[in-house]
Amino acid sequence: MTNVTKLTAAELSELLTDRSVSSVEVTRAHLDHIAAIDTDVHAFLHVARDAALATAARIDARRAAGDELGPLAGIPIAIKDVLATLDMPSTAGSKILEGWIPPYDATVVKRVRDAGLIPLGKTNMDEFAMGSSTEFSAYGPTHNPWDFDRIPGGSGGGSAAAVSSFQAPLALGSDTGGSIRQPAAVTGSVGVKPTYGGVSRYGSIALASSLDQVGPVTRTVLDAALLHDVIGGHDPLDSTSLTDSWPSMAAAARAGLADGALKGVRVGVIKELNGDGFQAGVSQRFTETLALLSAAGAEIVEVSAPNFEYAIAAYYLILPAEASSNLARFDSVRFGIRVNPDEGPLTSERVMAATRDAGFGPEVKRRIILGTYALSAGYYDAYYGSAQKVRTLIQRDFEAAFTKVDVLVSPSAPTTAFKFGEKMSDPMAMYLNDVTTIPANLAGVPGMSLPMGLAPEDGLPVGLQIMAPAKQDARLYQVGAAIEAMLEASWGHTLLSQAPELAPNDMFTSTEGAV
Amino acid sequence: MKKAELMDYDKALELFEPVLGFEVHVELNTKTKMFCGCANEFGQGANTNTCPTCLGLPGGLPQVNAQAIESSIRLGLALGCEIAEYSRFARKNYFYPDTAKNFQTSQYDEPIAFNGQLTIELESGRLVTVDIERAHMEDDAGKLTHVGGATGRIQGADYSLVDYNRGGVPLVEIVTQMIEGGEADSPEIGRTYVAAIREIVKALGVSNARMEEGNVRCDANVSLRPRGSNILGTRTETKNVNSLRSVEKAVRYEIQRQAALLQAGGTITQETRHWHEDTGITSAGRPKSDADDYRYFPEPDLVPVAPSREWVEELRATLPEPPAARRKRLQADWGFADLEFQDVVNSDLMDAVEATIAAGASAQAARKWWTGEVARLANVAGVSADSLVQPDQVAALIELVVAGTLTDRLARQVLEGVINGEGTPLEVVEFRGLAVVSDDGALIVAIDEALAAQPDVLAKIRDGKVQAAGAVIGAVMKAMRGQADAARVRELVLERAGSADGSAE
Repeated sequence: MTNVTKLTAAELSELLTDRSVSSVEVTRAHLDHIAAIDTDVHAFLHVARDAALATAARIDARRAAGDELGPLAGIPIAIKDVLATLDMPSTAGSKILEGWIPPYDATVVKRVRDAGLIPLGKTNMDEFAMGSSTEFSAYGPTHNPWDFDRIPGGSGGGSAAAVSSFQAPLALGSDTGGSIRQPAAVTGSVGVKPTYGGVSRYGSIALASSLDQVGPVTRTVLDAALLHDVIGGHDPLDSTSLTDSWPSMAAAARAGLADGALKGVRVGVIKELNGDGFQAGVSQRFTETLALLSAAGAEIVEVSAPNFEYAIAAYYLILPAEASSNLARFDSVRFGIRVNPDEGPLTSERVMAATRDAGFGPEVKRRIILGTYALSAGYYDAYYGSAQKVRTLIQRDFEAAFTKVDVLVSPSAPTTAFKFGEKMSDPMAMYLNDVTTIPANLAGVPGMSLPMGLAPEDGLPVGLQIMAPAKQDARLYQVGAAIEAMLEASWGHTLLSQAPELAPNDMFTSTEGAV
Repeated sequence: MKKAELMDYDKALELFEPVLGFEVHVELNTKTKMFCGCANEFGQGANTNTCPTCLGLPGGLPQVNAQAIESSIRLGLALGCEIAEYSRFARKNYFYPDTAKNFQTSQYDEPIAFNGQLTIELESGRLVTVDIERAHMEDDAGKLTHVGGATGRIQGADYSLVDYNRGGVPLVEIVTQMIEGGEADSPEIGRTYVAAIREIVKALGVSNARMEEGNVRCDANVSLRPRGSNILGTRTETKNVNSLRSVEKAVRYEIQRQAALLQAGGTITQETRHWHEDTGITSAGRPKSDADDYRYFPEPDLVPVAPSREWVEELRATLPEPPAARRKRLQADWGFADLEFQDVVNSDLMDAVEATIAAGASAQAARKWWTGEVARLANVAGVSADSLVQPDQVAALIELVVAGTLTDRLARQVLEGVINGEGTPLEVVEFRGLAVVSDDGALIVAIDEALAAQPDVLAKIRDGKVQAAGAVIGAVMKAMRGQADAARVRELVLERAGSADGSAE
């Protein structure tokens, strides 16, 4: 029998539908693979083996009974630990929520369960999604399956590593400034940040409410589209959720696979998101991709987004401001850990302070302090107020660009996966890594990262970012699937087929311990 | 807490001019909470009306209650406010265990209603117009119970319990502009203003308006300006004064306290103060400076509220008659003297009296029964009069009295029966057999027996000492178990005594 862990969700769907494989078999194969390699990768913070097998058996029984099931029924999925799950701890990678099991499911989790997918477990992340490397997880970093000495990206490094090391065909991520797209880029997988409001945030532990968006993490564009169709659409529990009816993303992705799908597509290259500060091999693969696009009949147009220059500065005011308020609820009163002060009286204020001191890691504290400062009376206009104005300017840059082009492209990240510790002592260097992905969050437009090759100098994956106008997620899937097919045709294989085969826990001795 | 020095009230006013400001919180009576689907109910088991959103659990998100928006707009309109075309919620950030999210979802620079006016009438007939700065929407905090310690406050408590059932209940906070020129009437202005707000929200039906349950809560700001100065004094904010009388007393107390302190060369600390109902004093709460930084910013989890002008006009058309105008109209219609009408208003019985009159009773009878016997029984039972008995029952009772079926005394017994749930007044009359005996034959038998039993009295009556008849009347009433009309009995006694031919001897 084929190794089912190597199959895409779309392929598994066919095998499950014609019952040549059972969900229990597929689920067990993935669980076994997790058991074999995740001590080294550390993509998962929690694996729900028994529950997953039980759910898979139920789906098999329903299929046997002739129940109408969705295309992804019976397929395993990994869930980022930022999402509330009834039956699994949900810690957002933080000590302060250690062991916390929510009394409810996030809307996207509920939709995934209702569609018959099999939750395998919860994936690692930077604490409260603050970071680009998973090094800020309170539970130890995740290792990049391409090179265990390197970061898997962040904050959603766990989901990207799980998918790219074949521990799960699908995963859920969340993207506030690139936390889905940058990990996808550095692990050779596919990640999509939907239009703001396209996917419910209810039950997603908030980092920055006006920027956060939940989205799919997969190995192919079609798989991402299939998962998007499951999780997307209006949710009355999220007031910022759009009430639009959405076309099928999977249908759009399939349309992208037709011959000549790229002919006449106007592709905008953002001048400000290439060149200086970009790794040579990243720029090289980007230039080659543009040449292929041109050859496929796409029209390449250079566009300028002059205000993108201020995106990082604005982002690192808006995000900490919102986060400082969103994270105020972690106070030991109703949930999470409680830490009493070492000495002195036990007042509620002092217990809150001691809990937050012990429960939050250094990056979280840094951003809470930044945000508290930015919102302070007398500074609000200069910082938060100005940042909101920049945000409007960036939205206008997008609007102007989209009058000329159908999609915008850039490298997903300025570099390939960097080594652990490389940027830990320099927060600014870490923040600058998000220069490519942040504008989409500030403007609310959808963005996708898909593999566009390996950088010649280090042999590590490079990602292509595609962005579309707000609510035009379907266009993203159509163009994304076409580009993916074009690139794979030029290579003669998928990018992940070049990833090192991970032997069971023999690459090195993990210092992080098993989950 | 130590008792503060107070200055004589008249002396205080001679030296200082009081400046007031009020923040009144109105709890809306929506079915569900402001930002989630939990029931908005009073008196449920602790933390039963809660969900991830109002508990502030990670991942919880707010959804705006449309009914609360509608109620807020109607309240704003009733206060003469403009309604914002574009209004936003904001987060007011502060840490306190009763605030689940550690921020309150409120409104800051973009309130739903602003620039209103409310004219109130004092007992002297003086009209005072209070300018309303704004009326904004927000969610209520949970309820803390401090266990242990002497004062029931958080300081010194062993531990505290939190009930989040109230957390997320919709509030409208009505903020006045500075009220100057109140002078000696200042305390009464406070009471009358809060009473007017309470009356308005009740008439609108947007709140249960029970101050004792905290549906309407008043924070009273008081400062004193030395005569001849144009510089405002430092203010104090006395929190949660929860009865009309207390608002009046608290304002008066702060005027006297601050005057004494200022006169002695002291300074007023800008702070919140607690009102103590039992001792009638205020005590220092927490310092509150204008520099208190709540780090307000627009709530990113909610979209702006932009009520269409058409909707606002539709809502304006649903506004009831303003309570003050209604009072004037009803007093004229009913022909009540000022004191009679005040009695009805102060007992909160206007609706009940109106309904009773509508059910056919005369205005005076309705007033007499509600403010008299019904209010007395309600007082004994410790409930409000209008919750004790329905207006149509009172009207039916009055009808029986007018028809002569019941005397006032019997009617009081029937009222007790109605309140006990024995049925309508007519059913109680039948059940208890309480109707007046109007059959002269039965009365005459009883009278003749009584006259025969008291021959000396009979003699006196015949001698023209009519007042002696009282003894016979009493005996007859006793024999009839009270169910006779005493006036008729008296008539008949005199008649029988005069016509008696001595055959009884």
